[in-house]
Amino acid sequence: MNIIVCIKQVPNTTDVRIDPVTNTLIRDGVESVINPFDAYAIEEAVRLKERCGGKVTALTMGPPQAENALKEAISLGCDEGILVSDRKFAGSDTWATSYTLAAAIKKIGDYDVILCGKQASDGDTAQVGPGISAHLDIPQVTYVKKIREIDEKTAKVERMTEEGYDVVETPLPCLLTVVKEINTPRMPSLKGLMRAKAAKPLKWTADDLEADPAALGLDGSPTRVVKIFTPETRKGGELISGSSAEVAKELAELLKGEVI
Amino acid sequence: MDYLLTEQQTMIRDLARKIAQEKIKPVAAHYDETEEFAWPIMKILADSDLFGVYLPEQYGGLGGGIMDMCLVTEELSRACGGIALGYAGTGLGTLPILLHGSEEQKKKYLPDIAKGKRLAAFCLTEAEAGSDAGAMRTSARKEGDKYILNGTKQWITNAGEAEIYTVIAITDKTKGIRGASAFIVEKGAKGMEFGKKEKKMGIRASATREVIFTDCEIPAANLISKEGMGFIVALKTLDTSRPGVASQAVGIAQGALDCALDYSRTRVQFGQPISSFQAIQHMLADMATQLEAARALTYATARMSDSGAKAMSKDSAMSKLFASEMAMKVTTDAVQIMGGYGYMRDYPAEKFMRDAKITQIYEGTSQIQRNVIAANLIKETLKK
Repeated sequence: MNIIVCIKQVPNTTDVRIDPVTNTLIRDGVESVINPFDAYAIEEAVRLKERCGGKVTALTMGPPQAENALKEAISLGCDEGILVSDRKFAGSDTWATSYTLAAAIKKIGDYDVILCGKQASDGDTAQVGPGISAHLDIPQVTYVKKIREIDEKTAKVERMTEEGYDVVETPLPCLLTVVKEINTPRMPSLKGLMRAKAAKPLKWTADDLEADPAALGLDGSPTRVVKIFTPETRKGGELISGSSAEVAKELAELLKGEVI
Repeated sequence: MDYLLTEQQTMIRDLARKIAQEKIKPVAAHYDETEEFAWPIMKILADSDLFGVYLPEQYGGLGGGIMDMCLVTEELSRACGGIALGYAGTGLGTLPILLHGSEEQKKKYLPDIAKGKRLAAFCLTEAEAGSDAGAMRTSARKEGDKYILNGTKQWITNAGEAEIYTVIAITDKTKGIRGASAFIVEKGAKGMEFGKKEKKMGIRASATREVIFTDCEIPAANLISKEGMGFIVALKTLDTSRPGVASQAVGIAQGALDCALDYSRTRVQFGQPISSFQAIQHMLADMATQLEAARALTYATARMSDSGAKAMSKDSAMSKLFASEMAMKVTTDAVQIMGGYGYMRDYPAEKFMRDAKITQIYEGTSQIQRNVIAANLIKETLKK
């Protein structure tokens, strides 16, 4: 079984700062890590390989230093890494990113399952996974919390919902985005770390992909960010105390004062 | 301080630290309280290849040495000295095979140990034979292609949990310590039983039990080296393992210093963090300095061992003596800096202090280490 896991390098912080002028993330001075949700996708990919045999390829699009994320993925059990990197990809929104990754996956060619984290911890859009499947025209199941059964032709998975889960059967190849309930990612092993140190992830540029140049990077991105702002923190509510009758009366008075 | 570790050693230390801080630290108090053996952690250590760092590559290890084992033991002990002992005790039980075992024995046992599939234990101490190991009574009698073991080993680390036991027993009573031999006994051998789990002051996540042999039959091929070599095997094992205990002591002390330092910076008294008081600063400075001195001595000894040094009883005893005495002092001072909070079991400082105590006792008490050091000093003078 050939498994591709798409990962993203993100700033190692949940307290992301935004440049007020450009409305983009401030990445300077912030350590980069694998997107936490992608760690579950990597673990699930490696477990799938252990279960069914085959190969796991980690794929990322990003600046040259994103190679470190691929090496980390290799230390965790992925067999190889591919970095898709080019100035031409700069400014990609989720549409252009998923288009580019899909082009890279087409170049990889032979695949059965594509795994992604449900979303990235920096942008939080949860669009790139589904976008890839749309560009590739293959089925997708999002928020997968368990792969129940899988063989060469089909997979039966549990898709988490707010109130429980759906059981979904899909033909392969397919794309699955996973939630953190799916597994507990393992620690790297020393042998994995050594393999990662020696590993040389493949590097593909725009010229290596069969992609429409106009669909890449900022030019290929229909999204325009008008404004990004930090919402004001909600102030604490007002506590009304007293007997039930008094409380009800005061509440009614307060509500009358508001335009409901 | 920069100890100029190799790239591989840095990788080993960083991974051990990551596991210790992310996986062991959050559960250290739990295992201390329940005295359960931390199998889930052993599994993580196994999957991460840490059990094999000091074993040769041809047996599935990573080809490092005692220095590598010390780095792992130190980092694990920084989070929990008891859980670290499941690892370090396996190292101790493995050394007789690694140092004196035959090629067949190494091929048979080391790969499983390197993978962490099976833990090991070393059985020397008996009720009447502690510091005076020569007083042991456990016997092994050869019958055809078997040895029959009888006797009881006491306070055996990893007993009951481990699957591979290296046991010192008397094969010839008339020869005193020259009549001792070393054996490999696998868990499940007929006539092998375990006593009740001991209740200890510290390192409570570590399993300590008696190992009882009653006409226990083992294949004659399980003899390590030759009959009569048991004491030499044991002494060489301890010479090699003592930097391991020293690194456990260093790790425990570092864990205690970490908490005392954090606490001193957040605890406010008289309107300022207590770390701004010179009385506290001087304590912290002394703790850190003693700790670094012990670490330096431990690493130097471990590297000496890995360089193939033949005679290193004195150096190995020095590292264990200095590091364990340091650990007792540093952990006691950590509790002192934290005052009433340090004494409470809600904070880890008192556990480090309880865990530190054993390092002055097992694998030779501090007093025995001094005997070894002095005896070697005097012997060296005579040689001149």
